[in-house]
Amino acid sequence: MLQSITTFISALGKYDFLQSALITAIMVGVMSGIIGSFIILRGMSMMGDAISHAVLPGVAIAYMLGINVLIGASIFGILAAGLIGLVASRSKLKTDTSIGIVFSAFYALGFILISLAESATNLHHILFGNILAVSDTDMLTTTIVLGIVILFVVFFYKELLITSFDPTFAKTYGLKVQLLHYALMLVLTLVTVSALQTVGIILVVAMLITPAATAFLWTNRLGVMLILAAVIGAVVSVIGLYLSYTLNWASGPAIVLVAAGLFGISFVISPKQALLPGLWKGIGRTRRVSA
Amino acid sequence: MLKVHNLTVAYSDTPVFTDVAVNFNAGKITGIIGPNGAGKSTMIKAILGLIKARTGNVDFDGQTLKQVRKQIAYVEQRKDIDLTFPINVFDVVLTGTYGRLGLFREPSKADRQRCQDALDQLGLAEFAQRQISQLSGGQLQRVFVARAIVQNASIIIMDEPFVGIDLQSETVIMRILHQWRDEGKTVIVVHHDLNKVTHYFDELVILNHGIVAAGPVAEVYTPANIERTFSADLSQVLFAKEGN
Repeated sequence: MLQSITTFISALGKYDFLQSALITAIMVGVMSGIIGSFIILRGMSMMGDAISHAVLPGVAIAYMLGINVLIGASIFGILAAGLIGLVASRSKLKTDTSIGIVFSAFYALGFILISLAESATNLHHILFGNILAVSDTDMLTTTIVLGIVILFVVFFYKELLITSFDPTFAKTYGLKVQLLHYALMLVLTLVTVSALQTVGIILVVAMLITPAATAFLWTNRLGVMLILAAVIGAVVSVIGLYLSYTLNWASGPAIVLVAAGLFGISFVISPKQALLPGLWKGIGRTRRVSA
Repeated sequence: MLKVHNLTVAYSDTPVFTDVAVNFNAGKITGIIGPNGAGKSTMIKAILGLIKARTGNVDFDGQTLKQVRKQIAYVEQRKDIDLTFPINVFDVVLTGTYGRLGLFREPSKADRQRCQDALDQLGLAEFAQRQISQLSGGQLQRVFVARAIVQNASIIIMDEPFVGIDLQSETVIMRILHQWRDEGKTVIVVHHDLNKVTHYFDELVILNHGIVAAGPVAEVYTPANIERTFSADLSQVLFAKEGN
């Protein structure tokens, strides 16, 4: 194993494509950890899944027209978020039902559009990710998205915190809660498109949820959770990339399995879970959560 | 004075109440009581603009809700709060500064000091760094009262603050309510049962899909009104006890 790590590192020095892959993987890990934290705290994991699938037609159309994928995907991501909200609020159906209808329809449409565009390889990459084929343009786009995510969270930290924790209170002082929701959906769409490259559409939700959920188990502060989720997202992406390169696994499943493994370990040993109550006694670093 | 003019709220087609008109006076603690489903929470949510009213309007000393939003503090029911959220007591109280800060501004050192003072007033200083699920119901209720203090509002609206809290918390919260009243603020409290009504409130609004009675507690809290709104049995029990 040590040898394969050495091989991986020396390959990193040699091959540009691997460097691009590594940098992109880290950036995607960071942004999905941050945005994913808000998604899970708002109880919107299903929404994250839905948006990530619903961008497919946008991706297809962008390929067909030769425009930037981010633009196509953003339009369909926001459209899906809007439709989900519309169906849920204008009928007596619950939100998860509305999500199921809208995202499957968008996903189906995306499939057909992609097959019309006749790019079977692309489809496979879009679905499962192909981190080793990241282009310079992809990397630039990912950098821009990471910048947007960080600016969004820094500038709207208060608002994201209060609308996630206590939206009713936010409404009483006049905050535009709905507007912030759609802004978050837009940013989520951008993150989704970036994460397409590393893990593919099908597994984007795992990148959003799993590192954030792992971070949640280790802290009681939102700020710490965001940073921790970003770090975990980056670390699992790097390890996943290493496995993908060394064992020739698809990058998406490799990254996602590492993330799930880390979550599993945290689930057993983290102080919040207290499955092993003796573990943190007397260490004094973390107060054990008691009833 | 907070004036509610012919307010009607309906879910789908079923009206919760129709044409409600009632006034809440400054410098008074006003209780809103009524049976379950009488529309108590609905009324305050309509006043706060959280629910859209079919008809009517609310007048805050001649101003609209939009103009006075930042003058209102709302203390929600504890059961509506996400206790698992990664936030500690101090940071919850700090959210009380958000409304006045607006976008792109961080709480200042003075803001943080006000939070600390509010925690001190409610006897919560030692819990400042605790995650909120590690508090008792009474302590948590005090946290939200501390947040209302930090909001420095002139109208405070509370939804069932006294449900399931310990005596110490109740005493501390009542002290704050009296303080607010003495500063001339308008304090409105939705209350779920009839215990201690005379102890808590100066004025009372009895609601049952409309106003049954409103005014000073002594005038409104009568056997006849309670019998009319709740039941004859309840009225007898309550007033027999207080007569002793």
